[in-house]
Amino acid sequence: MSRLTMTVNGRPVDIDVPESRYLSEVLRQDLNLTGTKIGCNEAECGICTVLVNGTAVVSCVYPAFKAQGTQVETIEALSHNGSLHALQQAFLDHGAVQCGICTPGLIMTAKGLLDRAGGEAVTEDDIRTALKDSYCRCTGYQSVINAILQASGQAVPPYLPKTREAGHAVGKALPNPNAIAKITGSARFTDDYRFPGMLVARTKRAGVAHARIRSIDTAAAKELEGVHAVLTHEDIPGRNAHGIVSVDWPVLCGNKVRYVGDAVAIVAADSEEIAAAALELVKVDYDALPAVTDPIEALDSDAPQVHEERPDGNLLKHIKVRKGDVTTGFGEADVIVDRTYRTPTAEHLFLEPECSIGVPAGYDPAAFGGQCDELAVRGETAKHDKTTIYAGSQIPYLDRDQAAATLGVADHDVRVVATLMGGGFGGKEDIAGQIHVALLAEACQRPVKMLYSRQESLMVHPKRHATVIRIRTGATRDGKLTAVEAILYGDGGAYASLSEKVLTRATTHATGPYEIANAKVDCFAVYTNNVPCGAFRGFGVTQSCFAVESNMDVLAEQLGIDTVELRRMNALDIGSQTSTGQVMRESVGLKECIDKVDGDMRSGDFRWTWDDGHRRFAWGVAVGYKNTGLGGGAPDKATAEVEAWSESDGQLSAEVRISSAEMGQGLPGVLAACAAEELQIAPQRINVLLGDTDYCPDGGPTTASRQSYVSGNAVRHAAKDVARQLAAAAPGSRIKARHEYWAPKTMPLGTGGDMHVAFSFCAQAALCEIDLRTGEVSVRKVIAAHDVGRAINPLTLEGQIEGGIVMCIGYALTEHYIQEDGIPWTNVMARYKAPSITHAPEIVSHIVEHGTAAGPFGAKGVGELPSIPTSPAITNAIHRATGVRVRSLPVDQDELLRAMNDSAADLELAWGDRKPIPAIQFGGEP
Amino acid sequence: MTRSWSNYHTPATVDEALALLQRYGGSARVIGGGTDLLVETRRGLRRPFEAMVDASRIKGLDSISQDDNYIVIGCGVTHTMIVNDSRIIRHGTCLAESCGVIGGPQVRNTGTLAGNVAHALPAGDGTIGLLALGGEVEIAARGGTRWMPAKDTFLGPGKSVIDRQQEVLTRLRFKPTGRSEGSAFHRVMRPQGLCLPIISMAVRLRLDEDNTVGAAGIGMGPVGPVPWFAEPVIAALLGEPASAAQFANAAEVALDNVTLRTSKYRATEEYRKAMIRTYLPMILIRAAQRAGAAR
Repeated sequence: MSRLTMTVNGRPVDIDVPESRYLSEVLRQDLNLTGTKIGCNEAECGICTVLVNGTAVVSCVYPAFKAQGTQVETIEALSHNGSLHALQQAFLDHGAVQCGICTPGLIMTAKGLLDRAGGEAVTEDDIRTALKDSYCRCTGYQSVINAILQASGQAVPPYLPKTREAGHAVGKALPNPNAIAKITGSARFTDDYRFPGMLVARTKRAGVAHARIRSIDTAAAKELEGVHAVLTHEDIPGRNAHGIVSVDWPVLCGNKVRYVGDAVAIVAADSEEIAAAALELVKVDYDALPAVTDPIEALDSDAPQVHEERPDGNLLKHIKVRKGDVTTGFGEADVIVDRTYRTPTAEHLFLEPECSIGVPAGYDPAAFGGQCDELAVRGETAKHDKTTIYAGSQIPYLDRDQAAATLGVADHDVRVVATLMGGGFGGKEDIAGQIHVALLAEACQRPVKMLYSRQESLMVHPKRHATVIRIRTGATRDGKLTAVEAILYGDGGAYASLSEKVLTRATTHATGPYEIANAKVDCFAVYTNNVPCGAFRGFGVTQSCFAVESNMDVLAEQLGIDTVELRRMNALDIGSQTSTGQVMRESVGLKECIDKVDGDMRSGDFRWTWDDGHRRFAWGVAVGYKNTGLGGGAPDKATAEVEAWSESDGQLSAEVRISSAEMGQGLPGVLAACAAEELQIAPQRINVLLGDTDYCPDGGPTTASRQSYVSGNAVRHAAKDVARQLAAAAPGSRIKARHEYWAPKTMPLGTGGDMHVAFSFCAQAALCEIDLRTGEVSVRKVIAAHDVGRAINPLTLEGQIEGGIVMCIGYALTEHYIQEDGIPWTNVMARYKAPSITHAPEIVSHIVEHGTAAGPFGAKGVGELPSIPTSPAITNAIHRATGVRVRSLPVDQDELLRAMNDSAADLELAWGDRKPIPAIQFGGEP
Repeated sequence: MTRSWSNYHTPATVDEALALLQRYGGSARVIGGGTDLLVETRRGLRRPFEAMVDASRIKGLDSISQDDNYIVIGCGVTHTMIVNDSRIIRHGTCLAESCGVIGGPQVRNTGTLAGNVAHALPAGDGTIGLLALGGEVEIAARGGTRWMPAKDTFLGPGKSVIDRQQEVLTRLRFKPTGRSEGSAFHRVMRPQGLCLPIISMAVRLRLDEDNTVGAAGIGMGPVGPVPWFAEPVIAALLGEPASAAQFANAAEVALDNVTLRTSKYRATEEYRKAMIRTYLPMILIRAAQRAGAAR
């Protein structure tokens, strides 16, 4: 311990801390300034940025004693007596706050820039330079840039596309209700919670792709001083498995490990150091098994079996779409395009690594000399009368049920408190540490926190499926699509996760949003010894859209038809039938999306491509669609509770309660608007309580772009009920109502009829710049139009759109989660590049509102849609610029330059690919 | 995580720093900003050591100065300070340009050029810029200090002649570009994977009255285990006209004298060759233009 003296946020700090501390640790742990967040501990993500003597530094690799005698500023310093700093106000105004985990880092980096500018206006270039290493995975950066311009004194209004006239609350551009907490640093994510007596938990990972466990020896670890528990499969009282669709994922492996991130033992200890040391002492003896890591090879009869007990072997699911007769369809075609594409495994890279806290039933903080953390829980429940799990989760009720099954207790004997989530994007649907902390908390009878390191997060949680997709598209001379045949192989990794559902969506959307009489699509979801794959924004459609929309451009070129016109003439419309036999009766805004984008793109002095020195510019276009809701016959419901009461000022206030998750998409604002519209009060008077399974009814999973629709409807109906009762009640009454909302019935794939309650549509045009000397590609501008039914909150909607587009730019150009024989090469954040502010283009956004009758105020889903067609729009632009058809993502400049120099027609090696795209045959019975 | 060091020292003098190194007998590490070392430490790639000796606050070594012959950069000077220094922007342009692309802004605010050079990576950007300028480094040891050309300090990837257990890189210096002199830097990156250059190149040129190359310095990396001071290329340029043809030839000379590698997930040998052919002539032209403007 040594004396550390510095000034933090204007106050003198004089504390004894070990000299080995990092500044981030002193701020967060010793000074309880948890507004400074940790995303990687690698100096990569920038979310821990603070100012030291006015200079922005990443506090995660900044030794605390380097700051000896300095002035340190953190996010907590910015607002004074409730008045916001100009940057905070601007981030609020522009909706530049989504999940909020990166917000303090962005704001502090920007403050360093503005302070240095000393009141002079900064330029967009200055901002892009200063924020180059300050990542945000939600916003797409345009709102961030505009906010900083505003804060530097420039009159830059929030970018808001035109939308329908607002109602009382619906249609109004308002900041997300939790945005204030996020910009001031008071927003609490799981790692920001602390409980007296809390222990630190860690997980022993397999570290090998496939092996049989001979023995697990925990004796030495248990004896280490400071270790409170070491648990293995033998210590599980209930079910030793979890899984959203199939329960096939061991909580703790006992017989064998199937992927590198498998959990073998869990440890709770007094400190992180002791927990790490204990993991080293856990000895696991393995018999190595051959690993199967290629989904196509995994279907060979002699392939190693990932789950030996499965009758179907490594085949997780064969998914089929059949419509009409493709032989007839191709017979009618004058041109047939047949190509095979490949998409990479992709990582969500939510900037908050997974964190869970378990609190044992009957926990009394006084036993550890502490008091209840009044901020952590609703005051009246601070007694923790049951096993409680705090976690940022997309499916709180399912976490609860799965933890209860493993603990061997009833569902209602476990409570999940969903904390704020620092991004999810589908990656926080499966169980991470939730069950482990519950087991450890009960074993130790103390609160236990398990925070994944970034490296662990990369290794453990399910990714976006890598796919190989062969697709054959036929059309007549005048451009009428006659048939599509496709075959997809999806790498599901070691456990089922959501593979079946994700790849079903890839399959049903594999014809694109077009009316085609004949379709035959087969998809094989396959187990391998790779990291599992599951939900990721776009849910399989991102993959098939790349193949579909690439083929459409090839087809247009071969037919000599304008690429936009080819899409327009085949686009789904009212009366069209989808590949699964669903007849579209309403809310098909695709043609309007196409027209909006096309009109904008071609306005002025339009050229498809032009040169400026060694730089070639070109436009590319793609369209996309995405179902709203679970669909396919799955019961899709949400229950909401709304309570209203009169305040002392006579005005009505209300609270909305539902377990649905906020992960930066803006759900609380949407739900507040739905309730406010029905109650005819200001949305600011509505508190939205999400995700506490003891206080909020079940809103179902936050997936499938379903929450605005399903939870929105539940809230709307409950609020309507409250309004009706209020009208009849005595003044001053407190009225509460619940509504269980069932989305319209859907039909399973293969039965025809309505597979989904609604579809959202979009068109995007990407202007790309290709450096002819280096093969480097950048996206300069994206023009987008999205049919969302109804824009309930245009500000947060625009954030979803811009963020989704930039995420898909990453899919096309920068991101590849690379595994070598089941071992991730991508084992640190430094090896996985999400788009930074330097990659973010100007985005022009059009909102199309073809309402769907059953949606709340006409709204349908939008969370995933923007992240679907951007990658083919980019590769279509690259083809127009260079003549090279990119068939594997992400684009490799090295390979692209070679292809350009060789005048090659195709590029089938993406960055990170080590072998060409495999040749696959169409198959599956007719 | 395991604690990587126990003691953190911020010596105020060089003697104090050297005494600390002696005291810990090899289990101390000298850092400037520590931006390389600490990231590796965080990732558990380094064994724990006893003490950190932070050289960024040694008195007199935290600033940039200029004397009759040299621009002198103390070991506490950050990349950001170099990028914003008007003397270096003008008289050591390629160094300002190269320091301006290191890491991200936050890393440049703490990372130092001295750390970059002492770390001896095959393509440290600041190092490449300094090489082209003909930079020198001052190494302090208990027996006294010595200056040596930066190009002679590299022994292998991450290996330097500086004995890190006993010595400290205290200052760097270069002769400012003067009349008819100019310099330029360029780096080729990719947007995926590790932030390591595919190729980094810097040149310094002096043009004679007849527009021939009177003097030159060229730094390149990664073209081998250590940053390369491209003497054969310099020799080929000296006395020759500053022409596009000669500059294109310079790239061929460079390629004749290095063994480029294909490094997985970074670049193929072929691509690196293409980038040298594209950009070495280009930065030579840019440096020549700047030299012309400095007449």
